[in-house]
Amino acid sequence: MNTIQVLFFFLSVLAIFSAIMVLVSKNPVHSVLWLITVFFAISGHYILLNAQFLAIVNLIVYAGAIMVLFLFVIMLMNLNADTAPRKNLWMKLAGVISGGCFLMVLVSLVRQTVELTGKTVMMKEGNIGLIRNLGKALFTDFVIPFEISSVLFLSAMVGAVVIGKKD
Amino acid sequence: MTLLAFDWAFLLEKLILIAIIVLASLGIALYTTFAERKVAGALQDRPGPNRAGPFGLFQPFADGLKLIMKEEIIPNTSNKGLFILGPALAMAAALMTCAVIPWSSHIEVGGHKIDLQVADINIGVLYIFGVVSLGVYGIMIGGWASNNKFSLMAALRGASQAISYELAMGLSLIAVLMISGSLSLKTIVDGQMAAGGFWNIVYQPLGFIIFFICALAECNRTPFDLPEAENELNMGYHQEYSSMKLGFYLFSEYVNMIMSSAVMASLYFGGYDIPFLDESTLPVNTAAILGVVALLAKIVFFLFLFMWIRWTIPRFRYDQLMHVGWKNLIPLALFNMLLTGAVILWQQG
Repeated sequence: MNTIQVLFFFLSVLAIFSAIMVLVSKNPVHSVLWLITVFFAISGHYILLNAQFLAIVNLIVYAGAIMVLFLFVIMLMNLNADTAPRKNLWMKLAGVISGGCFLMVLVSLVRQTVELTGKTVMMKEGNIGLIRNLGKALFTDFVIPFEISSVLFLSAMVGAVVIGKKD
Repeated sequence: MTLLAFDWAFLLEKLILIAIIVLASLGIALYTTFAERKVAGALQDRPGPNRAGPFGLFQPFADGLKLIMKEEIIPNTSNKGLFILGPALAMAAALMTCAVIPWSSHIEVGGHKIDLQVADINIGVLYIFGVVSLGVYGIMIGGWASNNKFSLMAALRGASQAISYELAMGLSLIAVLMISGSLSLKTIVDGQMAAGGFWNIVYQPLGFIIFFICALAECNRTPFDLPEAENELNMGYHQEYSSMKLGFYLFSEYVNMIMSSAVMASLYFGGYDIPFLDESTLPVNTAAILGVVALLAKIVFFLFLFMWIRWTIPRFRYDQLMHVGWKNLIPLALFNMLLTGAVILWQQG
């Protein structure tokens, strides 16, 4: 076990534990805070993979902006554990089955794309996550999908303004 | 044990550096509270605190002692864990910024080169941005966990204000990054120190003004101190707090001010650069110490500016605050970015 492996296992355990706590917490505010911990753990993994830019952007966008808005809504609506709608057993069962199906799709996708047997993760190597390489890739090879996704954001913004200006 | 196979000297060096920087920031923050009251006194034509020690110099210690000795009250209906987490987060987020600020060039101790910067990561500016955006949580969690309507309203105000002004701040930062071509604060400062170069304020006067206004808003300083507007919200998000937890909230505001002053000095005013002096002609250690002094002088200047504004300008109304942020600063910052890009293209072309 070297330092990086210790860090890897620590972050993984932290991520999985916090993810479970997101689901188990009765209080929605606690769930959001545990979710923020998950994002921190994932950013730690990015740093181990030498992708510092992705790590910090993950924190700024998810932990810094989106989760603040989540907290905002929960605090303003004053959601408490006892006001949460009760789900019956069938709903829970359906949730478990659909979640399991989704997991299966994800796992099979990952397994099909690359041959994973006998390979280990490259820690602290590779430099695709550095801002220079990422920027080059985004603005040369993937420039069209990148620009199209920005149009998507614009349309979401316009939609929000339209909803906000109802009167 | 391969677990322990990393450079212990390196770790020790960094730990000492972190300890010095954190203690120094806290010490400066301690006296910033004193300076604030003295400046307020001067602006309002009264002496300010002058009882404890010569010129009232021991006043911060008296204040700190008073806060520590006071009774610790945690409201019964509050969320206890989060109630304690709130001020801790506010303080931690305030102090974390200091990791990427280059306090000076390097010193040499016994042939060993020590950088006076905790971490020169290649995304330094983004790191600061990330930490700033996390600073909201201290206010939000504290305000919500108090289980008090005024605290909650203040916390929501603080969060929405911080999110709104982060945008304009980020946009004005992009223009600086376009000029310096790097996200590392060290590289940005070195670029301004280079012979024949000017400080970024020369190229980015509009960007600096936008950044400064946003920094005022991010630190919850007047005219943007809506989260603690005492005449409409009693006291603000820290209403239920007492003793040193309150102290942490009040103190983190001053640490935030110091850190944002240091960031502004590094981004726009050459960091540890001494104007009209070529540092490379001096011995290494002398240059480094003079650099620290220069940076501190710039920080003190900005701190004074913060206080001057606080005791001169009244508070915005909430809708005015949002109006300024979204309809004035963001378009202005976008224009500044466009202008910078156009000029850079024209110079290259």
